Amino acid sequence: MPKVRLLLGTRKGAFILNSKGNRKEWRVDGPHFGGWEVLHVQGSPADPDRLYASTWTDWHGQVIHRSEDGGRSWEVVGNEFAYEGEPGTHLWYDGTPHPWEFKRIWHFQVSPHDPDTLFAGAEDAALFRSGDGGRSWRELPALRAQTGSEWQPGAGGLCLHTILIDPGNPDRMYVAISAAGAFRSDDGGASWKVTTGGLESEFLPKPEAEVGHCVHKLAMHPSRPDTLFMQKHWDVCRSDDAGDHWTEVSGNLPSDFGFPIAVHAHEPETVYVVPILSDMEHYPPDGRLRVYRSRTGGHEWEALTRGLPQKDCFVNVLRDAFAVDTLDPCGIYFGTTGGQVYASDDAGDHWEEIPGSFPRVLSVEAQVLP
Amino acid sequence: MTKEGGSPPAGPAGPGKGEREVRVSLPGHLRNLADAPPEVALRIPEPATIGAVVNAIEMTYPMLRGTIREIETGKRRAYIRYLACGEDLSHRPESTPLPEPVASGQEVFNVIGAISGG
Repeated sequence: MPKVRLLLGTRKGAFILNSKGNRKEWRVDGPHFGGWEVLHVQGSPADPDRLYASTWTDWHGQVIHRSEDGGRSWEVVGNEFAYEGEPGTHLWYDGTPHPWEFKRIWHFQVSPHDPDTLFAGAEDAALFRSGDGGRSWRELPALRAQTGSEWQPGAGGLCLHTILIDPGNPDRMYVAISAAGAFRSDDGGASWKVTTGGLESEFLPKPEAEVGHCVHKLAMHPSRPDTLFMQKHWDVCRSDDAGDHWTEVSGNLPSDFGFPIAVHAHEPETVYVVPILSDMEHYPPDGRLRVYRSRTGGHEWEALTRGLPQKDCFVNVLRDAFAVDTLDPCGIYFGTTGGQVYASDDAGDHWEEIPGSFPRVLSVEAQVLP
Repeated sequence: MTKEGGSPPAGPAGPGKGEREVRVSLPGHLRNLADAPPEVALRIPEPATIGAVVNAIEMTYPMLRGTIREIETGKRRAYIRYLACGEDLSHRPESTPLPEPVASGQEVFNVIGAISGG
């Protein structure tokens, strides 16, 4: 029976949760890097025991770790993230120019084919690549070159938080940045196109502007790399032309504000979001924690509530804290800012809380192991 | 979790000519990262300066590079403090000579994380 391993990044360390595959009983291993903010832990699809972890504190900055044995042991790898050339400025919150400064890595994307090749999304927003298992990093500077001077941080910082690679064509990549927008490369990152056509954001001086949309997360099914789903600052959107044009598919959601968005592992038109009340009120409407599922690629959404708290619940689910596994039925997992982790072994119809009270959950990844 | 690091290799007794041996205390996060004991003895070249101590920490524990001083600028990180002999040495230039009790190994050079919540 295949096993499932969850990789949890939290405000005070990483945790590895193991299940035998029934996805009912979990063994908790951790904390790893206790006391460090662990923004993301991700495994290699080609070698699942190869893990990468991004750890950070205000005191000591960024440290990247690598494991060769599924998280039993870790080593510190490359920690040098230098912007290419003269970094210049982006806009600060008040609209004035601000020098580009590296703060930390929010997100990894390991190559589907090579455990030594991975991308890292930084704050201040930039995309870095390593071809030697994280020992050294080079920026892909074309991403910032075109419009970077107009980017302005969102409330969480000017972070590059989404990196998607087309598994059939590794030269095609998508990234998203808060609050700059969404971008596509068709040449492995050598050049980039702003992919925000059709988006509207009322907080912008020009709501339909090309740059400045606060994209919270993108999701893609590997079998349909031209179809993307987006949870934006407000609005849930989809594109069927690789991001060139977007249409709103918020439909009957109780709120179209939220952070994560994910696609079912086997149904490319089944999409999940977790609505929260508003940009200022980061908790579910009515104090009821509800995951919403659309089986029609948007517009029509159903609330998934069985096993989730439906009274006095005021937690949030952050953009990287929602994951799906590849078993059938598809497993769905998410962690909350209150430190609960929920699992569904039937695509969201029923949920169970994984026993344990964790620090604020920043990221969740699911691995299926033989 | 296993880590690289550990205590620095034992050298011959006493510092060599043109060297001093200083005692250094690291903050908890960095002790864990380097698998270092609460206090380490490090050899530094003369002149014995603040910068020489931080250089020796980074040479002995390369995984700590960037966690005390920023890699890109070499500046002390904002929430790091250097304390010794009841004084805050954090804002002095790295070329500043160590107080003699620190340079002679009588007093400890403390690297600490500023109290800033979290």
